Amino acid sequence: MTVMLAVIIGVLYAAGIYLMLRRSMVKVIFGLILLGHAANLMIFTVGRLTKGSPAFVPEGMETIAEPFADPLPQALILTAIVIGFGVQAFTIVLFKRTYQTLCTEDLDEMRSTDRLPEGKP
Amino acid sequence: MNRIIMLPVLLPFATAVAMLLFRHRIAAHRLLGVLSSVLLAGVSAVMLHSVLSGGRILTLQAGGWPAPFGITLVADTLSCVMLTASSLIGLTTALYSVGAVDRTQEHNFFHPLLQLLLMGVNGAFLTGDIFNLYVWFEVMLISSFVLLVLEGRPAQFEGAIKYVTLNLLSSAIFLAATGILYGMAGTLNMADLALRLPALEHRELLSVVAVLFLVTFGVKAAVFPLFFWLPASYHTPPVAVSAIFAGLLTKVGVYAIMRFFTTIFTFEDTAFIYQILLWVSVLTMATGVLGAVAQYDVRRLLSFHIVSQIGYMVFAVAIQSPLAIAGGLFYMLHNIAAKTNLFYVSGIMRRLAGSWNLREIGGLYGPYPLLGLLFLVPALGLAGVPPLSGFWAKLTVVRAGIEAGQWLAVGVALTVGMLTLFSMVKIWNEAFWKDDPREGDVRQRGGAYHELSSLKKIAMVAPAVILGTFTILSGLWFEPFFLLADRTALELLDASRYIESVTGGTP
Repeated sequence: MTVMLAVIIGVLYAAGIYLMLRRSMVKVIFGLILLGHAANLMIFTVGRLTKGSPAFVPEGMETIAEPFADPLPQALILTAIVIGFGVQAFTIVLFKRTYQTLCTEDLDEMRSTDRLPEGKP
Repeated sequence: MNRIIMLPVLLPFATAVAMLLFRHRIAAHRLLGVLSSVLLAGVSAVMLHSVLSGGRILTLQAGGWPAPFGITLVADTLSCVMLTASSLIGLTTALYSVGAVDRTQEHNFFHPLLQLLLMGVNGAFLTGDIFNLYVWFEVMLISSFVLLVLEGRPAQFEGAIKYVTLNLLSSAIFLAATGILYGMAGTLNMADLALRLPALEHRELLSVVAVLFLVTFGVKAAVFPLFFWLPASYHTPPVAVSAIFAGLLTKVGVYAIMRFFTTIFTFEDTAFIYQILLWVSVLTMATGVLGAVAQYDVRRLLSFHIVSQIGYMVFAVAIQSPLAIAGGLFYMLHNIAAKTNLFYVSGIMRRLAGSWNLREIGGLYGPYPLLGLLFLVPALGLAGVPPLSGFWAKLTVVRAGIEAGQWLAVGVALTVGMLTLFSMVKIWNEAFWKDDPREGDVRQRGGAYHELSSLKKIAMVAPAVILGTFTILSGLWFEPFFLLADRTALELLDASRYIESVTGGTP
């Protein structure tokens, strides 16, 4: 299970970075989303996978016996998913407005703010 | 007393909510913004005073959960000092935006967004938990995204694409690093981590995590190979927004670097980080200032200077001696005031001269000599001319560099100081001394400023006066500021009190 998740995370990171290097804005958004998913799955996996033993104290016991699944990574991921969702929604709207304003989807054409103004000595 | 820690976060949030209730009452927005910023400044002054006089660290365990399990808010001297600086910048920006921001943007929730930005910044300074720091970073980022594109001009969208993409990438790296760290140490509380990491058994990934955090905060702080989003975007929003970005956002990144690499990652496995930081700082100083020298647009020039100045602070962190950390901290305070002030003054210059381009304007000194004074104080302060604050800041950092034997870095720092002076003098020569290249009287062009009501004029000039006074006073009476910075540095480098007050429970 861990190995499979590790492979999936690796593929997600690779795909995300590949998409972010493309010139199309839409692909950049997909890249960002994939990177977010990869990070979330990574927290899940690195937090150790324990199957079938939730972190409940059994009736009549004071403490819980090892091994039990750590609930904190899942809480972290939940927060990260919610934040990521909001940020991605904003990014999609921003990119759409950018497309409407600049009439281009090619990131290589959006370089006017990086350069010295042209045409003057 | 400990509950006061919540206020720097709650106050801006409550203000933003209250503003949204009066959606169309712009006057109420402005009044609430200024009032809450005054209150915030008061609260942070009280916190700083109680930390300094009581000699203890304020902590608050959110929800009553004891330290490593819940989220802890910690106000040690560093947090309180940064909080005071951020509330001062919040106050001056709230004032300045009354005069400088267009009515359309005020209707589009400029003032609530400003408060939410402050909430994010204050939260990041106060939190003692790494995942919580990530959350505050996101709060801060999303408000800054919206502020950046509020006007909706094409250049702002172009800048925002780069700003948003690179910052989200850094957030994803932050999240991954946080996850790995939790997997190794089983805790994300900074004090608890500082206790546990040195004794950790499986430490192969520690250096990887440290580098991931370095990259994350490097993007936020805009250090050398990661700074490209900054000069691409910071010159596009309204000048009040540029000013608060310049003053606070990158400094949050520097604060995080300072906190992480003096409190958490302090053992041998990650000592190579300081070597990286040293080279990064040298290159940051040099590339930033060289970028600035080439520019003729005032805001672009100032944006590149933000990058260059960050280098000095990172240099201080890289040396790690108490003197260096104290110098770096004072440098940060000086830079927050001087840099924000320069943006304020450049906004007034733009309104008086009618253009951002230095080639097109000139002759401002004749009709407006006092504006020249307002500009010269932060400009010479930034360049490090005695007796202004920048001189002491550079002196302390450079001296710490010499004591550590980093001659090359010290040489670069001094050369960069000269180039900073050069580019400030360039603005002075072009905007103030040179004759106006256009036809007609210079006074005729100041319509954008002269048509403002006198209240708005005061709102634009007062922040520049306040911050200028700080630059002069902290230069003339450097000793109390240095004592404060020195104390903070000692507290940072000896984390035992921090750990004790977080994990020892609240008295």
